[in-house]
Amino acid sequence: MLPVAIIVFREVLEITLVFTVLLVSTRGLAGGAKAAWMGVFFGGLGACVVAYFAAAISSFAEGMGQELFNAVVLFLAAVLITWHTVWMSQHGREMALHLKEVGRLVKRGEKPVYILAIIMTVATLREGSEIVLFTCGLLAQGVSVPEALGGGILGLAAGAFTGVLLYYGLLQVSSKRLFGLTSWLLILLAAGMVAQAVGFLSAAGWVPEIVSPLWDSSMFLSEKNLLGKILHTLIGYSDRPTGAQVIAYLATLGVIFLLLKFVKNHPSSQGK
Amino acid sequence: MADEIPVIRIKEHRFSPPELRIPVGKKIKILVNNEDAEPEEFESYELRREKFVSGHSAIVLYVGPLKPGVYKYFGDFHPQTAQGRLIAEGNS
Repeated sequence: MLPVAIIVFREVLEITLVFTVLLVSTRGLAGGAKAAWMGVFFGGLGACVVAYFAAAISSFAEGMGQELFNAVVLFLAAVLITWHTVWMSQHGREMALHLKEVGRLVKRGEKPVYILAIIMTVATLREGSEIVLFTCGLLAQGVSVPEALGGGILGLAAGAFTGVLLYYGLLQVSSKRLFGLTSWLLILLAAGMVAQAVGFLSAAGWVPEIVSPLWDSSMFLSEKNLLGKILHTLIGYSDRPTGAQVIAYLATLGVIFLLLKFVKNHPSSQGK
Repeated sequence: MADEIPVIRIKEHRFSPPELRIPVGKKIKILVNNEDAEPEEFESYELRREKFVSGHSAIVLYVGPLKPGVYKYFGDFHPQTAQGRLIAEGNS
């Protein structure tokens, strides 16, 4: 039961962390939580479809279909998170300070709550499909349904618990600072996703690794233990990144900062 | 002379051969052939590879160019038994 729980926990953790940061970042956004949950639901469904076609995806692109799929999903998630963060930077601060305004924004249809749903769908798709594949493999192998189910639920619960801890941890931060903090987390999250995507493209042989690895900090903090895994998801920590990944990470940060600067200098006409 | 593509077989949740020798300093294509009915995930921290292998099917991996050394890999779904090493050797 425990090995099942551990694998499920590992995959769920990434979904939970993205979910939590998004949820906190949109506190005060009506319908935000509902949209995020809907995303998890559709992502779960999508994960089953992806798992079903796993062999077909794998043989796509001369055997590099998995890498390509992962890279595309991660890029997509990063672009959407960037969009979300930029939008929040325009409207979020006002929303957090004047909750009354939210109703007005909602009525004017400016609120991209559906973006939240799509981000969560995409985030759930990748890790979720691994859970499905792993669990189906266990069942095919003759592991009893109660054992697989028990392990799955245990892993899920542990993942959810970590998310709850992070959620309440973040809420301890004063709401004035919280907005900046969640923006930072989202930006680093997006940069980490792009770096991961580039890693997959390198694995497929489409992008040179440049230097491989650029450093090895696995002795200090392995990417695979709990803290390493959390930092890997949240801020894109990698214990053995390639040169290409580090460049991608920094470039993404640069692009997002430029975008944020741009919208700051060009406030939207509907902003106030 | 055409290079033969090295094959790592997965059978009863073990890799065979458990050690695969490959030349350093060039990109190598490796076939991972899962002969079990159950799926496996080929994973290596050192090689930064993580790839799902369905039951009764094969995947292609590209590794390298590698520096001389030992690169461990394992089956993420059966880490107790599925352990293997890639040994990169020769002059780069």
